[in-house]
Amino acid sequence: MTTATAQIGANQQSAVHYGSISRGRKRTLYWSYFFLILFVIFFLMPPVYMFITSLKTSAEIGAVTNPWWVYHPTLQNYIDLLTQAQFLTFFKNSALVAVIVVSVTMVVSILAAFSLARMKFWGSGTLATGVFLTYLIPESLLFIPLFKIFAFIHDLTGIELINHWWVLVFLYPTLTVPFCTWIMIGYFASIPKELDEAALIDGAGYLQILTRVFIPVALPGIIAATIFCFTVSWANFLYPLAFTTSADQLVLPVGIVTTLIKGDVYNWGQIMTGALLGAAPPLIIYAFLMDYYIAGLTAGATKG
Amino acid sequence: MAEVALRNIVKTFDRTPAVAGIDLDINDREFVVLVGPSGCGKTTTLRMIAGLEEATSGEIYIGDQLVNDVPPKDRDIAMVFQNYALYPHMTVYENMSFGLRLKKFPKPEIKERVENAARILDITDLLGRRPKQLSGGQRQRVAMGRAIVRNPKVFLFDEPLSNLDAKLRVQMRMEIKKVHQKVTTTTVYVTHDQIEAMTLADRVVVMNGGRIEQIGSPNEVYHQPKTRFVAGFIGSPAMNFLSCRLSETSNGSAGLAVRLSDKLTFSVPESRVARYRPHAGRELLFGLRPEDIIEKRGDLPPGRAAFDVQLDVVEPMGMETMVYFVVDGTEVCGRVNPAAAGKPGETMPLVADLNHMHLIDPKTDQVL
Repeated sequence: MTTATAQIGANQQSAVHYGSISRGRKRTLYWSYFFLILFVIFFLMPPVYMFITSLKTSAEIGAVTNPWWVYHPTLQNYIDLLTQAQFLTFFKNSALVAVIVVSVTMVVSILAAFSLARMKFWGSGTLATGVFLTYLIPESLLFIPLFKIFAFIHDLTGIELINHWWVLVFLYPTLTVPFCTWIMIGYFASIPKELDEAALIDGAGYLQILTRVFIPVALPGIIAATIFCFTVSWANFLYPLAFTTSADQLVLPVGIVTTLIKGDVYNWGQIMTGALLGAAPPLIIYAFLMDYYIAGLTAGATKG
Repeated sequence: MAEVALRNIVKTFDRTPAVAGIDLDINDREFVVLVGPSGCGKTTTLRMIAGLEEATSGEIYIGDQLVNDVPPKDRDIAMVFQNYALYPHMTVYENMSFGLRLKKFPKPEIKERVENAARILDITDLLGRRPKQLSGGQRQRVAMGRAIVRNPKVFLFDEPLSNLDAKLRVQMRMEIKKVHQKVTTTTVYVTHDQIEAMTLADRVVVMNGGRIEQIGSPNEVYHQPKTRFVAGFIGSPAMNFLSCRLSETSNGSAGLAVRLSDKLTFSVPESRVARYRPHAGRELLFGLRPEDIIEKRGDLPPGRAAFDVQLDVVEPMGMETMVYFVVDGTEVCGRVNPAAAGKPGETMPLVADLNHMHLIDPKTDQVL
């Protein structure tokens, strides 16, 4: 009896209907699309709203109409903003800070990562972990001690560090160098050891190994780090808000907020326009380097 | 072209000895293969010759120069790595010329050398490609090409064929041999594959536990192993080892006999009696290769002994068949003609060629 039951069970099992693989795949795809579209709507809503608002006059923004529609489109906000010397100063400050920070960060973190990943020396492992730990300290905790340090430097040397755009060039690397170094350590570590040994035997010195083998091979990683670094230094809000005050020293994110909000009067049209224009450079960079960026973030995940 | 000499080389990693005192002289233009199991110190030895590892103590000479403190680039060596280590962002031409470009060779000479090496390796068509567009065998050739163009004093190969599939490995093995015949440079080749060692080497260096067990021609290490390790490591399937007792023959002649079990006793061939006599009465280890245990056919020439076994496992290999049987609890392998092989469980008459037997002292592991 038991045997018979077992046999029937086995027969039933073998008769299980599996449907079709393509149908199963289709159902999975439907759900993927559903959630993807949901997320796209969710994430695109703010920029779309910004764009719509930037095309409206102040009167229309204030009027009780459908906020998702422009009845009288105008480019006045763009014209106003782009002809204002102030906005162009913010833009110039931001660009200068970003370019210098990116250059400094990449030089420092590539050299640091190469030595930490490849030139085995006493304490290199601990140092690498230390680099990452400094990244974990939030900037909101750092700016008060930084104020103290600036005051100390001022007392000691008489050099005023507060309220200069260029001081951001010293501040942002505290955020960008640890993270970029960490990314680059991981990336360099994924390059086979034999590659530098082959170069060593071929007659290359350490600097030549770095410039002629490591940097070209790790280019996707370097680009990923560069993009990250640019984004941080372009979009950082807290440090410039805390350390710069004069209008001619402000960078874009703080400049827009502080000059276009007068008391409780919000110039929404220009704020939105400024934010859109401010978001353009990172967007353009992402668009050009997207392929490299993705390759950089997923490198080392599989054996190439 | 140069000799390589190692004098009492020791290498320890965190107090763990990887190489425990090696002396080795490699002649000019010689092809020497370091062979041994994983962790025997062969790769470490090669890396010390290359300058990628520093010797803890001892002296390394390339030519007449003591190179212990000479950086790799100034040792005038070229190395081929297991995973090829080609620069992925460079074309084959750039890969091969990289070393020459670093040394600022004139362009026409670089071109000539690269093209010449490419011709030797038959990769002229690939010069414009990048490594990822090449197959494993092609990459291996490029790695060899990169070594050849440098025209170094010594070639170092670190298990260059391990990443290739079995068929390609055999083919590339032959290619390496051909290249060495054309470009007769002193070569040190590391492998764990004893067939590679046998087929390529002028001399084989068998290593174990950070020491050299034996240095000799492929035939020497195969037919006259000095230690139990060498006897067991070289040859596939491995040599059979059985505990035995060496005793005087009971029939009053001056002969010796090895007693392997209650049922199995072989007379020692006359040619070996004098050599083994001092050890009579001792418990020893008897060693015989599978190809010296064959099927019985016709009369027995001197030095051969017939015995019957019950077959345990039979493995047909095509041109021969491996038969396994048990003697006193130990599995023994024989190599017989496929037509003569019996089936598992059957009794089969076999013949042992005792002219090729080895006796090993179990205390010292030395072959007597």
